[in-house]
Amino acid sequence: MTRNDLKRSMQIGLIAGVVAVSLSAIGMVETFDERDIITDILSLGQALLFSIPIIAGFMSVPKRLINEDLFVDDEETTSSAFPSGVQAAINGGVSGFFAALVLVGFIALMSIFPGIRDSLPNVSPALLDILTFGQESVAVGSLLLAIVMVVLGATTAVFRLLPQRVQRPVRNGLLWSLGIGLLSEIILLVLINFMDKSGLRLIFGSKGITLFAAVVIFVIAAVLTVFWESRGRTRFQRRRAAMTEKQNKVMRQLGIALGVVVLLSLPINLGPYLTEVMDIVGIFILMGLGLNIVVGFAGLLDLGYVAFFAIGAYTMALLTSTGDLGIAQIPFWVALPFCVLAATLAGVILGVPVLRMRGDYLAIVTLGFGEIIRVLVGSDLMKEVLGGAQGILRIGRPTIPIPEFLQETISKGAPSFIFVQPKEFYYLILIGCLLAVFVSIRLRDARAGRNWMALREDEDVAEAMGIRLVSTKLLAFGFGAAFGGLAGALFASRISSIFPHSFQLLISINVLSLIIVGGIGSIPGVVVGALFLVGLPELLREFQEYRLLMYGALLIVMMLMRPEGLWPSAVTRRELHADEEDAAREGPTALDDVAGLV
Amino acid sequence: MSNNLLEAINVTKRFGGLTAVDDLDFAIPTGSIVSIIGPNGAGKTTFFNCVTGFYDFDDGQILFAGRSLKGRSPDTITRMGISRTYQNIRLFSQMSAIENILVGMEPSLKSSWIGALFRTKKTITEEEEALVEANRLLEFVGLRGKGDIFARNLPYGDQRRLEIGRALGGRPQLLLLDEPTAGMNPSETAETTLFIRRLRDELDITVLLIEHDMRVVMGISEDITVLDYGKKIAQGTPVEIQNNPRVIEAYLGRGVTIAKNPV
Repeated sequence: MTRNDLKRSMQIGLIAGVVAVSLSAIGMVETFDERDIITDILSLGQALLFSIPIIAGFMSVPKRLINEDLFVDDEETTSSAFPSGVQAAINGGVSGFFAALVLVGFIALMSIFPGIRDSLPNVSPALLDILTFGQESVAVGSLLLAIVMVVLGATTAVFRLLPQRVQRPVRNGLLWSLGIGLLSEIILLVLINFMDKSGLRLIFGSKGITLFAAVVIFVIAAVLTVFWESRGRTRFQRRRAAMTEKQNKVMRQLGIALGVVVLLSLPINLGPYLTEVMDIVGIFILMGLGLNIVVGFAGLLDLGYVAFFAIGAYTMALLTSTGDLGIAQIPFWVALPFCVLAATLAGVILGVPVLRMRGDYLAIVTLGFGEIIRVLVGSDLMKEVLGGAQGILRIGRPTIPIPEFLQETISKGAPSFIFVQPKEFYYLILIGCLLAVFVSIRLRDARAGRNWMALREDEDVAEAMGIRLVSTKLLAFGFGAAFGGLAGALFASRISSIFPHSFQLLISINVLSLIIVGGIGSIPGVVVGALFLVGLPELLREFQEYRLLMYGALLIVMMLMRPEGLWPSAVTRRELHADEEDAAREGPTALDDVAGLV
Repeated sequence: MSNNLLEAINVTKRFGGLTAVDDLDFAIPTGSIVSIIGPNGAGKTTFFNCVTGFYDFDDGQILFAGRSLKGRSPDTITRMGISRTYQNIRLFSQMSAIENILVGMEPSLKSSWIGALFRTKKTITEEEEALVEANRLLEFVGLRGKGDIFARNLPYGDQRRLEIGRALGGRPQLLLLDEPTAGMNPSETAETTLFIRRLRDELDITVLLIEHDMRVVMGISEDITVLDYGKKIAQGTPVEIQNNPRVIEAYLGRGVTIAKNPV
């Protein structure tokens, strides 16, 4: 162990301490404390707080101690890991200690100068209570906190030295039980339809899951991981490789059929609240798919995507509203194509002059365009037409006429079926999303997609290949705008009244972030990203308050740890992990050998 | 006149105070292999960029098959029948070899996005035919069986060849090669030289070459133009150029004499 290692651990610890103080001072710890992950044992706030020394401990381990080669974790290295284990423990402990030091300093400041609340309103007695584990004496509480942080830092550091086959099951077990605990409210909402009370009581406490459930989930996840890594994976791969072309096709069709059944039955299983969340997620998926064509496929950075969403929504509002501002009062279905058309047209009109620009310039112009639309719809200038801040009310709902002889049985005599409920809109949004997926795939795999890709890689050379820049970009821009418009139209009709504040820059940023988090250019990535960035904050109310902070943090972490996104497209994976891939190409048998031995 | 495929008349290109190409007169007879040589910074690549529409030249005129290229965009010029390669290879590195060639075939593809959405018979047929043609080109440039490899993973020589293959995808009448043998070893260079000749002999493509390797230049060029500081200082057959005192001066400096030993 060198002094440099200790110095580094100290620095990491200090940074971690500052992060912990910041999160406490902005009120995040306190807000999150209201949600229990494991009933009465671990709250989300505590988890947040403890994650800091854990991450610090993890990072403090000097690189040379870690044998990163996955395939050398045999007896030899494990037995010789003892001295390095002590080193790691000391490093981790040091980082935990310094993190605690900063935090304890903050606690001291809080208890000595209660006036600090004047400038930091979130520094409340409740926060002090959380940080000192509810101890009477602040000193005892601080000591306890410091001990916990040192132990966590040291434990994590040692844990990091363990072979992957030990690390991974534990990590998965923890993630699963914490994840399920975090989402316990929602899971309860779903399970309540299937289970009786006594069963539920076993799993769920007053808030969060019970300790018993947490342990069971941990064990199950860990055991499954062990099984999968030791035997399941190779067996699965072998069986997969042994399948014939025809079997493969059958499996794929079965998969699709299963997916369709799940998607169709989702509102029934999820209940009204979760279905509403799914509606919002779905609208963002639709927008994400649209923007993905522009940003992901063609590589054009569009920061004003909300403009097309707004145009779609306002077109729907103007055409179908039965209020004062409605101009046509035509049915939803007639208006829908016009909404898409209006958004597409706006995209093309904006695109023709703008798409000659490159990169940053395009981003700035689109950013401005998004703002112009937002300001315009909220302005007094357009108040007569667009309603200004009062928005447009009484927007038409989609209806399906029902033949007379069926009216008795289906709709109790009503002449038509009206989409009002979240679950009814769910199906409309689902159709929209499936359409967007279909179009995305078809275009991606065709000449257009190839040209977009070439454009993304090298615009000059693409042009020299004969690709018409403006029309190729316009195609992407137009489709992106069309799906934005479709999303807007559905959005407007679903909530039946729209206001300018629904169309802020934040929407553009949300959509862009979900694409990045999911994986740029990846269609399943959009879905994952939307569930993660839109669905999760909807479900966990306390996240919403810190939404932007979390986005920022998440984007930074993603860029550092997993720049290709959660579910990357084949192309980005290639781009970002080309070196690893090259290495794999040179020694392609390392994995196969191990797989063969097992 | 009429047997010149490309004709540059008094072409001038300035960058601020620097005149990169200065009043250049230049002609490429149809079906010939012509080279431009000159020291670094002589304006060779700038001239390429003027021909291919990357730069808009300031004065003069460039005619391709009798039609002016002035003010035309690179994609239009490519569609007229001029393809090029780059001094420092500029493949679409994250795309496979075959995809690179398919992008190069863009001028001959007509299917629209509507066809792509509905997978019309016309679109499918066109894509299938394009794939066959792309594979044929791949084989022609000697990359048979390497279609699925990503351009960035190909060895250097293969990348050079693929770039030529991609340029051939546009079915050019005139092919501009910017230092096609740069960085190659002698045997690769010899191979490339033969290959360039095949382009002309088998595909009837007129070739304009920028090259530093004198063995290549002298070996295959029918006509050589020497540029220095943007000006044409000499033009003629390889033998004439080798013995031209101004050329020797430009390359080696004043006062140097070299033995007359034609390559």
